[in-house]
Amino acid sequence: MFDERTLTDVRQGLKKWEAEVIKSAPDLAAKKRLSTVSDLLVNPIYTPEDIRDLDFNRDIGYPGFFPFTRGCQATGYRGRVWTLRMFSGFGTAEDTNHRWHQLLKEGETGLSTAFDFPTLMGYDSDSPKARAEVGKCGVAIDTLADLEILTRNIPLDKVTTSMTINPPASVLWAMYLVAAEKQGVGWDKVGGTIQNDMLKEFIAQKTFMCPPEPSIRLISDTIEFGAKHVPRWNTISISGYHIREAGATAVQELAFTLADGIAYVQDVIERKKLDVDTFAPRLSFFFDSHMDFFEEIAKFRAARRMWAKIMRDRFQAKNPRSWWLRFHTQTAGCSLTHQQPHNNIVRTTTEALAAVLGGTQSLHTNSFDEEFALPTEFAATIALRTQQILAEETGVVNTIDPLAGSYYMEALTSRIEDEAWKYINQIDKMGGMLAAIDRGFPQREIANAAYKFKQQVDNQEKIVVGINRYLAEEETPIEILKIDEKAEAEQVKRLKEVKRSRDSRTLAQTLNDLRAACQGDKNVMPCVIEAVRAYATEQEICDVYREVFGEYRDPGFF
Amino acid sequence: MNTATPGSSDLGTTMERKRKLRVLVAKPGLDGHDRGARIIARGLRDAGFEVIYTGVHQTPEQIVNAAIQEDVDLVGLSCLSGAHLHLFSEVVRQLRAGGAGDITVIGGGIIPEEDIPRLKKAGIKHVFLPGTTIVEIVDWTLKNVRPDSRSDSPGKKAG
Repeated sequence: MFDERTLTDVRQGLKKWEAEVIKSAPDLAAKKRLSTVSDLLVNPIYTPEDIRDLDFNRDIGYPGFFPFTRGCQATGYRGRVWTLRMFSGFGTAEDTNHRWHQLLKEGETGLSTAFDFPTLMGYDSDSPKARAEVGKCGVAIDTLADLEILTRNIPLDKVTTSMTINPPASVLWAMYLVAAEKQGVGWDKVGGTIQNDMLKEFIAQKTFMCPPEPSIRLISDTIEFGAKHVPRWNTISISGYHIREAGATAVQELAFTLADGIAYVQDVIERKKLDVDTFAPRLSFFFDSHMDFFEEIAKFRAARRMWAKIMRDRFQAKNPRSWWLRFHTQTAGCSLTHQQPHNNIVRTTTEALAAVLGGTQSLHTNSFDEEFALPTEFAATIALRTQQILAEETGVVNTIDPLAGSYYMEALTSRIEDEAWKYINQIDKMGGMLAAIDRGFPQREIANAAYKFKQQVDNQEKIVVGINRYLAEEETPIEILKIDEKAEAEQVKRLKEVKRSRDSRTLAQTLNDLRAACQGDKNVMPCVIEAVRAYATEQEICDVYREVFGEYRDPGFF
Repeated sequence: MNTATPGSSDLGTTMERKRKLRVLVAKPGLDGHDRGARIIARGLRDAGFEVIYTGVHQTPEQIVNAAIQEDVDLVGLSCLSGAHLHLFSEVVRQLRAGGAGDITVIGGGIIPEEDIPRLKKAGIKHVFLPGTTIVEIVDWTLKNVRPDSRSDSPGKKAG
């Protein structure tokens, strides 16, 4: 970006400046190493010298144009601000439907579903494994009847819904499609996202059911079905969030997420023989936004640039929409503290601002009380207001990618990209992400990073206010959301009623059809939809998966 | 980690006298949040304990069986899903029923303070909240758990 003369001047100037620093502040010059949250070393200042190899047109360019460093949409937030999408769900479908209406009234613009653990794992509320977990960490959904209540009076042709669901993603998606149909909304009008990313489950989040190979097959089935029948649906949200929350660095989060994306694209092309441009535009992503402000922004910019190269050069996608990395962001749950919980509002605000400056398409802001329990309505409203203040008061939405051209930002973006490519090349050499997971490679890399960070906090090399500095003598108690213990009993009762009222012969037939589809290579989605229509429970469908494909057990790395 | 802590230096002499403390780190229920559990497993191992980690998605029964079979002195339970009251209490209940009530059980995770008295009443010896250092857990263990404390337990293996 600079001519040789400028660079020579810069080098001389830098030497002079360094000499001055050593002269006037020898202590400062000798100061211990400073690094990002992810432990990338940071220089005292950055100059044109640090971005001398950067080419404006090739590496930065314009929003809406390759390599999309500055954003996928040409208009940035000037056209439309990000979707304010609060992850929420607890108790029964009625409880969550009530909270959803409340959030929409307060100005939320998209829905996002948190399911309880039995639902996430493919167990019904009456399973012995579900005991004490029903409605605790999210909403309990067993059958189509619950999903109809969940979406009651929500216009499914206008509001998009994201569902954080993985092994049973096909089931919950089928329920949503049938619920929309019953509202009179056609599949061509319904929009939303299923997370449906199993690789990061084996790597990080540990919500797994079947082994990796059949898990990938089910994902390719949903991607194919979406491409053909549900054009506005994002059939996968390739997620770095959980990888980061498990303790990964920013580079690992980025590299492992993109490597997962490569594995999915590869599988759909090979298994389904689909042209990449028929499905790639509906791939979406999900990242964490952690406390290191500049590192996060650089990560988001690097992510877009890398995915564009992967899709264009590696997979030869022709449609520019296939090159887009559209992503949702959630602020970092793992950065919140149990101590002095109100400080979490400040953490979330900082992280949300990084996500916005990084150009996120949609955002969830955590509530300050989430180190105690699911958020109260009061805490969730503050989290939503945080986004509204950023969007409407701060002016950060007025210009697109405002940090472009900063020596530090550009150098950090390139550095993160370079480091992430190294991981991706390493994973390619192992034979791809499935092989890498089988060897425990990403799992161990993350475990090492998590342990190192914990040691840095314990040693006060990294500061967390309220944990290892500025401790409070006494904590101020806060109000905590309590899940009504009756939710479990109510849910089990409704499940029993649904089971009693359905046609058992139709049900058995649909489950048999599904079993046959699983045993062969037919797309399972039409069979799942028929089973859901017959009010099969989530577990009845997942039991077919478990029976045909087997179950995966945690190898328990530490 | 700072190795010059009182806890770590005590450990050396403890080890010379007796066998190593055996710890089972376990994840009961359907919760997959295992970052804390794995860090603690590793921290305790680095501090010189023998550590077994169950992996996620364990029923209380599986945890109790592992604790007895592995002849551990301490079980550390981690739960972030909100189901801790039921799951932690159930582990203690089944340990007692299996004649292994002398195994110390501790817990941690996303646990509201108001639940701690109920957990203690159910037999959870200590609850560690977010922000606890590894050294704090090691020190607590050395003060409160003795490797020879289970000499009469039925699950005890030779050596």
